[in-house]
Amino acid sequence: MAEQWANLVDYEQFCAGFSWSQARSELAGMGNGRLNIAYEALDRHMATAAAERTAIRFLARDSETPQDISYRALNERANRFANVLQDLGVQPGERVYGLSHRIPDLYAAVLGTLKHGCVFTPLFPAFGPEPIRQRVEIGEPAVLVTSKRLYQKKLADWLGEMPSVRHVLLIDELDEAPPGTLDAGALMAAASGDYVTRPMDPEAPALLHFTSGTTGKPKGAMHVHDAVVNHHMTGRYVLDMHPGDIYWCTADPGWVTGTSYGIIAPLTNGVTMIVDQAEFDAERWYRILQNQKVAVWYTAPTAIRMLIKLGPELPRAHDLSSLRFMASVGEPLNPEAVIWGQKVLGKPFHDNWWQSETGGIMISNYATLEVRPGSMGKPIPGVEAAVARKTGDGIELIEEADETGELVLKKGWPSMFRGYLNQDEKYRSCFVGDWYLTGDLARRDADGYFWFIGRNDDVIKSSGHLIGPFEVESVLLEHPAVAEVGVIGIPDEVAGEIVKAFVALKPGYPPDDNLRRELMGLARKRLGPAVAPRHIAFREELPRTRSGKIMRRLLRARELGLPEGDTSTLEGASE
Amino acid sequence: MNRDELRKAVLEELSGIAPDIDLASFDDNASLQDEYDLDSMDSLNLAEAVHKRLGVNIPDQDYARLRNIADLLDYLEGRL
Repeated sequence: MAEQWANLVDYEQFCAGFSWSQARSELAGMGNGRLNIAYEALDRHMATAAAERTAIRFLARDSETPQDISYRALNERANRFANVLQDLGVQPGERVYGLSHRIPDLYAAVLGTLKHGCVFTPLFPAFGPEPIRQRVEIGEPAVLVTSKRLYQKKLADWLGEMPSVRHVLLIDELDEAPPGTLDAGALMAAASGDYVTRPMDPEAPALLHFTSGTTGKPKGAMHVHDAVVNHHMTGRYVLDMHPGDIYWCTADPGWVTGTSYGIIAPLTNGVTMIVDQAEFDAERWYRILQNQKVAVWYTAPTAIRMLIKLGPELPRAHDLSSLRFMASVGEPLNPEAVIWGQKVLGKPFHDNWWQSETGGIMISNYATLEVRPGSMGKPIPGVEAAVARKTGDGIELIEEADETGELVLKKGWPSMFRGYLNQDEKYRSCFVGDWYLTGDLARRDADGYFWFIGRNDDVIKSSGHLIGPFEVESVLLEHPAVAEVGVIGIPDEVAGEIVKAFVALKPGYPPDDNLRRELMGLARKRLGPAVAPRHIAFREELPRTRSGKIMRRLLRARELGLPEGDTSTLEGASE
Repeated sequence: MNRDELRKAVLEELSGIAPDIDLASFDDNASLQDEYDLDSMDSLNLAEAVHKRLGVNIPDQDYARLRNIADLLDYLEGRL
């Protein structure tokens, strides 16, 4: 069925004629080959009718009376923030971290940071102090933008030990800024609303997104200003944004989705974005879709599955006829959920796939292509994807259909990460020749649709967020009773996976409920609920390799009753 | 079951889900989400635990309106 309204009418034809330089020419640019993400998001609209359009429609938690902020007003607010950075002596290239609930000035801070040529890093407000501290230690920000509550709860105790952090800016409404912090609102009120956005080298760093791996600390994936070419293009041709659309990305701006598609792509495409301060609430969500007449909705499998659990009565009691395009990202969307969308909401969900490292959508279902429920879809124009198997000295692309291998992408798209901060070796190990190895296993069917199979490492994906088992294990190991820990993801019908820890205790500690609660409490306090284990089980001992590494794969196989696979490296296995 | 007993039971269940919360200084009127860091999965688990313990089923659409323990106790008191 050809959807005549869609920006991308014929996928094959569009791909055949596509080039990144043509996609770049859809942006304004700043002359001499320079550009700035914030210029594309805000400044370039100032000379057009879009300046008076609503950029952010903010719905406060306790009220659903929208507060509208125009493109012009948001631009001015971002200018004020950029001036505050300048007045504080913050230099272009320095890093600014954001840790905040969804309030309009967070958006102004992100864009003001980019205008000033600084690098922005989003942090998830549900993180506990430990993941935040690790990310501050690795990325050494000069400035932290947060709220008074989050500062007092999660930062105040240790931030003074971080020599890089020169300023803490509080962006919520304050009666008084605690010692060591600054009232950003007051500084912004005193600053000028004019700022000349800095023209940046397209390869200048703009965003730093942290992601978790199997071992070691989180990795900071570095992205450059040129990434906006991807953000804009995928916003237009994949999410099918039209100027003036009401658009709602439910992802928190503390993650990469909430940055690329919750701030940048919608603004470069001139849509009105809904920013809802409240957390998931099914009835409220349907009300927002109806009352705000949302046309394009980008959400996540966990939320969709919660909506499905609540049944079809709620959506049927709402007028959802404004919805034109629905998409989902975070983890693979089960086929039933795609079909549920079609049956109950009148439109299918379009699943897509990408990672912090890719910076933007890479593989997707499209408005004008047949949706294959359960499939992540086809590569976006300009991106070549393949399935590969490792050989002794490299990789070999798998040409046959339906063979499982590692999903690989040919490098060269604008929003590809340019490195892991201070981890060159790790960055280089992600590439073989021209191919970026994603770490995800997939297959491609005979028609070119890709299907997600799983991770090829031990990283856990819970509610769409990557969790490194090592980060969780490290915190549990700090408890005096704990001898060893193995952390795995176990399937969960709503969250995709949830974190489960297997703990072996030191002699003399009884494996009882009190200790279990103590460990859960420790993990939640340090890691926050999004990362801490939801289950802890005690074991006499954990399976280890002969070299002493805990075999998470085997823990998982035993927990789920799967075949144990190759156990020849297991400690105690017969020679 | 009077309000105090009900409160004790609910806090026990809450503590099973979020043992990091210090019950000795617990504020019934503080937001579970902001002050005590409960996320939506914690909230679902708490609703299930309360259902199991007290036999009161809290439909999700009602649950979303219960922002703190005082709200939850009011809700339960009317249904026990």
